[in-house]
Amino acid sequence: MMKEMTGAEMVIQALADQGVEDLFGYPGGAVLPIYDALFHQEKVRHILVRHEQGAVHAAEGYARSTGKVAAVLVTSGPGATNAVTGLTDALMDSVPLVCITGQVPTHLIGNDAFQECDTVGITRPCTKHNYLVKDVADLPRVLHEAFYVAGSGRPGPVVVDIPKDVQFAKGMYFKPNDFPHKGYRPKLKGDIDKIKAAIELMRNAKRPVFYTGGGVINSGREASHLLRELVRVTGFPITSTLLGLGAFPAADPQWLGMLGMHGTYEANLTMHGCDLMICVGARFEDRITGRIDAFAPGSKKIHIDIDPSSINKNVKVDIPIIGDCAHVLEDMLRLWRSSAAVADPAALKAWWAQIEKWRGRKSLAYKTSSDIIKPQYAIERLYAATRDRDVYITTEVGQHQMWAAQFFRFEEPNRWMTSGGLGTMGYGLPAAVGVQRAHPDSLVIDIAGEASVLMTMQEISTAVQYRLPIKIFILNNQYMGMVRQWQELLHGGRYSESYTEALPDFVKLAEAYHAVGIRCDKPSELDAAIKHMIDVPKPVIFDCVVDPAENCFPMIPSGRAHNEMLLSDAAESIEDAITEEGKVMV
Amino acid sequence: MSMQASTSHYPAATVSQRVEQHTLCVLVDNEPGVLARVIGLFSGRGYNIDSLTVSETEHEKHLSRITIVTRGTPMVIEQIKNQLERIVPIHRVIDMTLAGPCLQRELAMVKVRGKGEARMEALRLSDAFRARVIDATTESFVFEITGATDKIDSFINLMLPIGLVEVARTGVVAIGRGPDGM
Ligand SMILES: Cc1ncc(C[n+]2csc(CCOP(=O)(O)OP(=O)(O)O)c2C)c(N)n1
Ligand SMILES: [Mg+2]
Repeated sequence: MMKEMTGAEMVIQALADQGVEDLFGYPGGAVLPIYDALFHQEKVRHILVRHEQGAVHAAEGYARSTGKVAAVLVTSGPGATNAVTGLTDALMDSVPLVCITGQVPTHLIGNDAFQECDTVGITRPCTKHNYLVKDVADLPRVLHEAFYVAGSGRPGPVVVDIPKDVQFAKGMYFKPNDFPHKGYRPKLKGDIDKIKAAIELMRNAKRPVFYTGGGVINSGREASHLLRELVRVTGFPITSTLLGLGAFPAADPQWLGMLGMHGTYEANLTMHGCDLMICVGARFEDRITGRIDAFAPGSKKIHIDIDPSSINKNVKVDIPIIGDCAHVLEDMLRLWRSSAAVADPAALKAWWAQIEKWRGRKSLAYKTSSDIIKPQYAIERLYAATRDRDVYITTEVGQHQMWAAQFFRFEEPNRWMTSGGLGTMGYGLPAAVGVQRAHPDSLVIDIAGEASVLMTMQEISTAVQYRLPIKIFILNNQYMGMVRQWQELLHGGRYSESYTEALPDFVKLAEAYHAVGIRCDKPSELDAAIKHMIDVPKPVIFDCVVDPAENCFPMIPSGRAHNEMLLSDAAESIEDAITEEGKVMV
Repeated sequence: MSMQASTSHYPAATVSQRVEQHTLCVLVDNEPGVLARVIGLFSGRGYNIDSLTVSETEHEKHLSRITIVTRGTPMVIEQIKNQLERIVPIHRVIDMTLAGPCLQRELAMVKVRGKGEARMEALRLSDAFRARVIDATTESFVFEITGATDKIDSFINLMLPIGLVEVARTGVVAIGRGPDGM
């Protein structure tokens, strides 16, 4: 079914045909025809952000909490360059979104025209793919292809750059068809012989562990469901990366907590001591492996990933399985069941006994206080107050992010949105805007640091405009805490530029934006204040004044091995807990 | 307790493996920017390019073939291949060095200047190397030579003392032996 329309109308029509209901954007000269087309319809609703970076992060929050491909619309030049941080963030964390950028008219391209920039050149390394559309006849195909590329295989951001004359030009529009791309067809099913070999290794493992990541969540809810089944029938322990939290329920006894630089003692030592690692949708990144040549020595490794380039990039694995997590996990589960496979029960029992000893070390313990709010305590209380609710959490980047990962417990996928790969301060607030837009009746909280949140603070204005009652829960330690921590531990306590002088009064700031401000600095008043925050049906900035000197433990300093973890002095010591005891830095 | 050894937080250098040279053939859609994507990948991820050639090979299908000679450890070579395959308009990547017997050729044009005995010597050598004279003046020749990289290297080395002026080389193109295509 073909229909004649302008390029601008095609953009809106294609968004609608791709199921986009919400478009995050910011207008400008080079996208005015598209804004005009938006004006004449009701299918696609536009959310006006306050900065283009915010538009992309909002789209990321939307995509990660729904599993859908989200959409962004920005103008040429500064609109496009402002979007670059968000695009890079989405690329690093494999978030599917399509970003439409306006461009100067084709005859001006290359002339340094007003608000011209080489958008495809700038965004080439920070997108999964990008297009410059010079002919309106190509536009419908490119738009549909963009959604297909963004959402299939390993998801990622796609930019479609459309010159203004192409937006005005008329052409024939057609709907998405069944052959969305001539060459790009990611492989979904894993090689069955490799899967059989993996099952064989699992059957013979004595000290196995599942190490899972964001790929499980990207693969969809079914993947999480299958993972739970497989972990249950095998009886193996499981840990996950920062991005993988929620794919497996934190309440389950087989759950070891997060691994990596700020992971739990039990998760990291289980990884270090395992003889079989089953990596599902994770990528052996340096925050996970620590010192690469001391990473899980003596273990065999199975790696399931949809992106072949993730395999053997950092760590050589024994059985690579290229495919979508859900497809591969389904095959694994079926084979495990049909072969009536069981792991060596005695070995598994001994392995669990060892793990329980490590767990007994209580590596997340911290010194409590009755006169100052400990940041960990704040998260624990926030969790306690919201655990029975329909809650989504986003974060900024820093200590608060790690404490949120350690102390907030996730039972379901798609509930946790954080900037992992790029570590973008300023991600959480706009991401919360996007999440709240997708889930208007849910409780959406940005667990923030006072430094990070100032980077995109203006998006509170978006939240107010669209009545999105997000809660910005700031762990205000007056420091760029994570920077301060590294300076304390690794740079002789020279706190160079990590203290924020002249912080705003966050309560007044909230009020200036017509939001609600709450401040709390007493542990005894915290629960009531949190309750108040939840009960207010408006956006809230919660200034939670916490201990400025607290450090985030456990910590594996970068370039160190998993068994060279630094623990807080508050962690109980159990003498015979570990064999490599001597090497563990307390 | 404090940390053992140095307080550096920088990771130890990775263990070095043997570096190999590989020739990759890459089939791509002939569309704007595709070469920039390939080159951007190499520079962005710090891979080496020893030579790169590109030309449209199938006009109706809009396909071009890029031949890249690169070097790296086996793990890096595998990464390069996988990273290339992630680029959306890339259809196939073949590591010719691993794929079986193949032919690798370059073309070079070599300008030599000289008179008298030097000139005769240049001609004799070109004959031995099956190079063709494609331009001549009383004091110069331009030779056209095709062959494997090392053959061209030795020809150029021989011309050096005779009066080598300049060289233009295409870089390597490669194709598998036998009846099957890539
Ligand atoms: C855009 C950006 N700039 C700089 C950094 C480096 N960085 C990482 S954490 C951090 C401090 C964050 O401070 P705050 O938001 O107060 O969080 P805290 O660590 O105190 O919880 C900085 C500067 C970053 N991750 N992102
Ligand atoms: Mg702070």
